[in-house]
Amino acid sequence: MSVNAIPKRKTTALARPLDRKRTFWANMKRDKFLYLVILPSVVYYLIFLYKPMWALQIAFKDYTPYRGVMGSPWIGFEHFISFFTGPYFWRTLRNTLVINLYSLAFGFPAPIILALMLNEVRSNKFRRTIQTITYMPHFISAVVVVGIVTNFLSPTTGIINVIIEKLGGEKTYFLTKPEYFRGIYTIMGIWKEVGFNSIVYIAALSGIDVQLYEACTIDGGGRWARIWHVTLPGILPTVVIMLIMKVGSLLECGYETIILLYQPATYETADVISSYVYRVGLTDGRHSFATAVGLFNSVVALILVVGANYVSRRVTETSLW
Amino acid sequence: MKKTAGEWIFEGINGLLLILLACATAYPILYVLGASFSSPESIYRGEVWLLPKGFSTEAYKNVLTDPSIWSSYGNSIFYTVVGTALSVVLTVSGAYPISKKRFQGRVFFTFLFALTMWFNAGLIPAYLNIQELGLYNTRLSVLLVGACSAFYIILVRTNFQAIPDSLEEAATIDGANDLTILMRIYLPLSKPAIATITLFYAVSRWNGYLWPMILLKDLDKMPLQVLLKKLVVESGAGGELAAVMDITSPISQETMVYATIIVATIPMLLVYPFIQKYFEKGMMIGSVKG
Repeated sequence: MSVNAIPKRKTTALARPLDRKRTFWANMKRDKFLYLVILPSVVYYLIFLYKPMWALQIAFKDYTPYRGVMGSPWIGFEHFISFFTGPYFWRTLRNTLVINLYSLAFGFPAPIILALMLNEVRSNKFRRTIQTITYMPHFISAVVVVGIVTNFLSPTTGIINVIIEKLGGEKTYFLTKPEYFRGIYTIMGIWKEVGFNSIVYIAALSGIDVQLYEACTIDGGGRWARIWHVTLPGILPTVVIMLIMKVGSLLECGYETIILLYQPATYETADVISSYVYRVGLTDGRHSFATAVGLFNSVVALILVVGANYVSRRVTETSLW
Repeated sequence: MKKTAGEWIFEGINGLLLILLACATAYPILYVLGASFSSPESIYRGEVWLLPKGFSTEAYKNVLTDPSIWSSYGNSIFYTVVGTALSVVLTVSGAYPISKKRFQGRVFFTFLFALTMWFNAGLIPAYLNIQELGLYNTRLSVLLVGACSAFYIILVRTNFQAIPDSLEEAATIDGANDLTILMRIYLPLSKPAIATITLFYAVSRWNGYLWPMILLKDLDKMPLQVLLKKLVVESGAGGELAAVMDITSPISQETMVYATIIVATIPMLLVYPFIQKYFEKGMMIGSVKG
């Protein structure tokens, strides 16, 4: 059969795989539409995400807006040294870690447990109703959630204190007591996100082969055996991925919520690195120093992500990349 | 299959716990709703538990006749609608080309986007950048900051990759041009993913207070959440509130806060159940292949 017999037609450039003989420019010309499409997002990323990275150099400079990023004189590691030797280094680092460990210990298992419980429900309608209700707080803003918490815990009319008083206890202004801050913050976080975070696990659960459950039942396994031997191993990869991401973000803290909830009286247990950066950088206007603190945070966070991923790939053969 | 007694007990307890959990989740919101319709005095005396006491729509009348609420409501709608549209366009713009195997520089561009998930310059450089660009205290700055998330680019890319190349070839043979292929094949087939990111962007736009608060100075450009923050969080003593809103008595302040919360929260709570099946599906796509 001769190839020439086929009538010549405009061949689709797309059908061809990346042709090594074609030059770089020919490929670019062929895909000019794709380059045109990607242009806006690349320009956006360069201006709004990469240009600020270049400005990170002010962490090593004595920056003033008047002199600008380039014009400000280099001062080396002065800002880092003054942060590490200052009184706030240990406090903010400790708070960041402790608050994140709280949410790792309580906030991480919560959605898994919820997903497992929902998985055992037979009635679809009941399950969907519970899901819809538990997703709800995710769609409420941090401002409103903190507002509700503030009102509930208010020392005069807050419902929690009203109950405490009815039970014969003494009214407490919880939000000014450092010892309560982390607990309040953690419970608030779980309330807001437990339902929404369970979606990932529910998706993983729905991917488990039904035959495995049947086989387990035939082997005489009861409900707990099915959960233990089929369900849990089935969602383990997802749990590991989520755990890597969680460990990787141990130094990141949702300061949007923290700066709403804390007050000078609770800084001792509430002030995290990012809220400190916000306060020092924007309220006090110490741009260079705050950038240095933020850079320290980002670098350690990056090391944590890469490290967690490495360990996971070694131990469980599951990794993000 | 016949259920044993143990199974009945198991399912009963499980169901009961879930109902309790749902109640605990919904209670604060229902309480706010009830309190917003209550008379200020009954709240002050701590009588409201769930249902309104001394039914009153006074708080809503106060809120809805307040010009600062209306102007910030309008701002929030503007930031949410325009900002979400911008975000979705930028996300598709990044995701579509890097989903193509034949696209030269695919790895480079993917890395360019993905790197920002693990490392970014942080708050202060981003803020100084806006000032340098001369965008401080402009509506444009609120639209642009955080407009495009690398995570969502990857999510949509993964979605596009799942669409077989043969569809594109067939369409090309039928004479469709590149734009038609994107608009008529790829986008419609990725409806769950697009709907998901649209919802997520819209939620974070509507609910975001931090960047607008940092980037804006003028009250007339502020979105609802910043105003709410002034009302709800800073109003502990009540002094701040009086400056922003005209309140009749200090006692009615709390019901007004509750009414404002409801007015600000209702749009999102009305929308998400309708898109629930999309975002459940959309999240799944993102999580499986991340």
